[in-house]
Amino acid sequence: MGVCTGTAMTEASIPHFPRLVDHLVARLPTLPLDLALRRFITSLTERHPSLFSRLDDQARKTFLIDPTDVSIAFLLRPDPALPRLEAVKRAPDGTIVAARDARIAGPLAALVGMVHGALDGDALFFSRDIVIEGDTEAVLALRNAVDDSEIDLADEVAAITGPASKFVAEIFRRAAPVAERMTGVTLTRAGGTTA
Amino acid sequence: MNMVAEIFRPELVCPAGTPAALRTAVEAGADAVYCGFRDETNARNFPGLNFSPAELTESIRFAHDHGAKVLVAINTFPRAGAETLWHDAVARAEGAGADAVILADLGLVAHATVKHPKLRRHLSVQAAASNPDVIRFWAATFDIKRVVLPRVLTVPEIAAINLEISCETEVFVFGGLCVMAEGRCSLSSHATGKSPNMNGVCSPPSHVLYREEGDDLVAELGGWTIDRTPKGVPAPYPTLCKGRFSAGGYSGHVFEDPVSLDAAQLIPPLIEAGVTAFKIEGRQRSRAYTQAVVGAFRKAIDDHVAGRPIASDMTKRLAEGQTTTAGAYKKTWR
Amino acid sequence: MTAVTAANPTLVMGPVLYNWSVDAWVDFHARVADEIDVDRVHVGEVVCSKREPFFADRLPEVIERLQRGGKTVVVDTLALVTVKRERQLVGDLAALDGVEIEINDLTPLATLDFGRRFAVSPLVNVYNEGTLAFLASRGAWSVCLPPELPLAQVEALAREGARLGVETQVFAFGRLPLAISGRCYHARIHGLAKDSCRYVCSEDPDGLEVDTLDGEAFLAVNGVQTMSQDCAVVMDELDALVAASVGAFRLSPQTGDMGVVATAYRDRLAGRIDGAEAMARLATAGLTMPIGPSMMSRAWTPATQPGR
Repeated sequence: MGVCTGTAMTEASIPHFPRLVDHLVARLPTLPLDLALRRFITSLTERHPSLFSRLDDQARKTFLIDPTDVSIAFLLRPDPALPRLEAVKRAPDGTIVAARDARIAGPLAALVGMVHGALDGDALFFSRDIVIEGDTEAVLALRNAVDDSEIDLADEVAAITGPASKFVAEIFRRAAPVAERMTGVTLTRAGGTTA
Repeated sequence: MNMVAEIFRPELVCPAGTPAALRTAVEAGADAVYCGFRDETNARNFPGLNFSPAELTESIRFAHDHGAKVLVAINTFPRAGAETLWHDAVARAEGAGADAVILADLGLVAHATVKHPKLRRHLSVQAAASNPDVIRFWAATFDIKRVVLPRVLTVPEIAAINLEISCETEVFVFGGLCVMAEGRCSLSSHATGKSPNMNGVCSPPSHVLYREEGDDLVAELGGWTIDRTPKGVPAPYPTLCKGRFSAGGYSGHVFEDPVSLDAAQLIPPLIEAGVTAFKIEGRQRSRAYTQAVVGAFRKAIDDHVAGRPIASDMTKRLAEGQTTTAGAYKKTWR
Repeated sequence: MTAVTAANPTLVMGPVLYNWSVDAWVDFHARVADEIDVDRVHVGEVVCSKREPFFADRLPEVIERLQRGGKTVVVDTLALVTVKRERQLVGDLAALDGVEIEINDLTPLATLDFGRRFAVSPLVNVYNEGTLAFLASRGAWSVCLPPELPLAQVEALAREGARLGVETQVFAFGRLPLAISGRCYHARIHGLAKDSCRYVCSEDPDGLEVDTLDGEAFLAVNGVQTMSQDCAVVMDELDALVAASVGAFRLSPQTGDMGVVATAYRDRLAGRIDGAEAMARLATAGLTMPIGPSMMSRAWTPATQPGR
């Protein structure tokens, strides 16, 4: 207690996702990835009900989560009745064509850092590391709800069962050591009370 | 401990927008945490934020187990015809074991004084009690134990106030800076129909729109253009008073630059001025912010009490516009 | 034409909120005393204590003149009271005998004798029945409600005021007072500090316009005060407000012919003209700013989505 541990966010720029890992992600076939993502979001709904209840009306909005240094982006509709998470590929010009209420874009490391509570969304916005478009209220609700649910993505992946889990686990297995070594971004949650 | 040079140890009062943030604040060294219910009774009524009654009860238990207090902000102004919602919030806070409620409205304070005499009452910054006379009125009439001072006062003015009053004072030391006297501003209402006083929101996200126009990031509030930020320049919060406007041939931040208050270096003179508690703004910020800022101020206060110098520039990147100011505490701000 | 139902609501000339020259200020009140059809007139500096000394000497003469013209005179206290001199000013006013006072924050309650009558300005936060009842118990006889209150709540408070025997008043005409600050924006815009402001606010007798970067007419600054740029007009709601027992309507002085403004409201409230005619008359008052709707009659919509 009593010491500032926020060095990750008080230091310089947000690292970008290594190209090697992105190549792996880009080559993944979409269908198994979507199955894996569906299982992931269903599991998340069961394990973190308060995340979805906290969203209230905003749960029926569609969010484009756009990691700008990765070949794919994600469409999220966090409706507890029918949660949806699917991958969308980036067009050759870098844009993502998909209907959405809001877009949250930034380096993957920044987005993951926010989910893990290691980075502050407002600070990333002030520094313009992340960009917000569309329904600002929905984005804020999602940010606040995710921040409260203390998600550890590695734990969430481990919690998925069945064949689809292997795909997500595989991404993490390959990505984690490379990413942590090359970017200095923690892929497991900072601090907190769970292991 | 050296008894001769013992320095008063002020209370560090920290924000919590969610139960997770409350636990983070307590673990990072908060002496007290303030929070509010998930409705329009508190002045940070943002989507996805705040506490249900059950979450509050559980969070207060956690804080008390760790030796921290919980102060419940019920600091909007009750709506005519619907005061029950606010009255119920005070009753629920007391029922959940809150150490104090933070109130702003005259009628609600009068209600709490009569109906919940044992519940400790703090006067919110939203009440804008800016001089010793009015503070004495609040303390004498309603037995207010602590006043959160408006951010329009200089350090010498705060010292002068403390000499003339008997209740405690709390001042903001970090976070978003209101440039207007708090609780006396309808700018947000003027642009959006929603106000801090009535709805607990300033420049609400539901009325904010960002769009890229050429190289500019344009921020709109309620259809009004409140900012254009060129590429490479830090983005401001979409708060009306921090926007860019033109007036009298001047173009820019007419009201306030997009800066954050950071009074870490003023901790010693503020203690000297008789301040009891130091408050960090930011119930709408993330756990990452809470941990960094609370940790930094815990260390600053501990260092000062132990006779060590206070480190500078601890939390700059968390600040709005990434620059900080001592705000009204220095007279030149005016 | 709809007739206003209650008999003779009171017309109030609010305090001059701007830094007019002393001569202009004295002349204005002389005209109000002799020619302008209002029942009650407010005087006294609300916005900035640095302006007050210029008017202090002439205040007794202005009050006397207004009383001679048959007006009820109310003296206003400062809106933001911090330093000793400001507290002294407020204390002195609170101790005044033989004149009504209006409080602009709660500071005077510290020194007012229990039961001493006072009016409450729109800068004091009166949002609900509990606050209204407390102020009534301390001697409030008139309360001008905050301009941001929606119509339904104004009506609720007016009915409660009638029950408590307190006059409720609505800010019906003028640039809306939106915020008060420790910082002087007039000085800031001119690159000056508040302490050496050179009284630049006196150059703008209606305040200084603040536009958005896209040229929209948005706000105005008046020293430490921020206002709407529009002159907000309560007109369409007058019948409903009178029906709900609102007892008085405040006209906030702007440059232009406040006599035309007062007569337009008087005739409208008496049912002699309709709203359209009253608005047409306001358009001839020589105002320097656009006329706009009051906050209680405006509609706001949430941000729209980008079309992508």
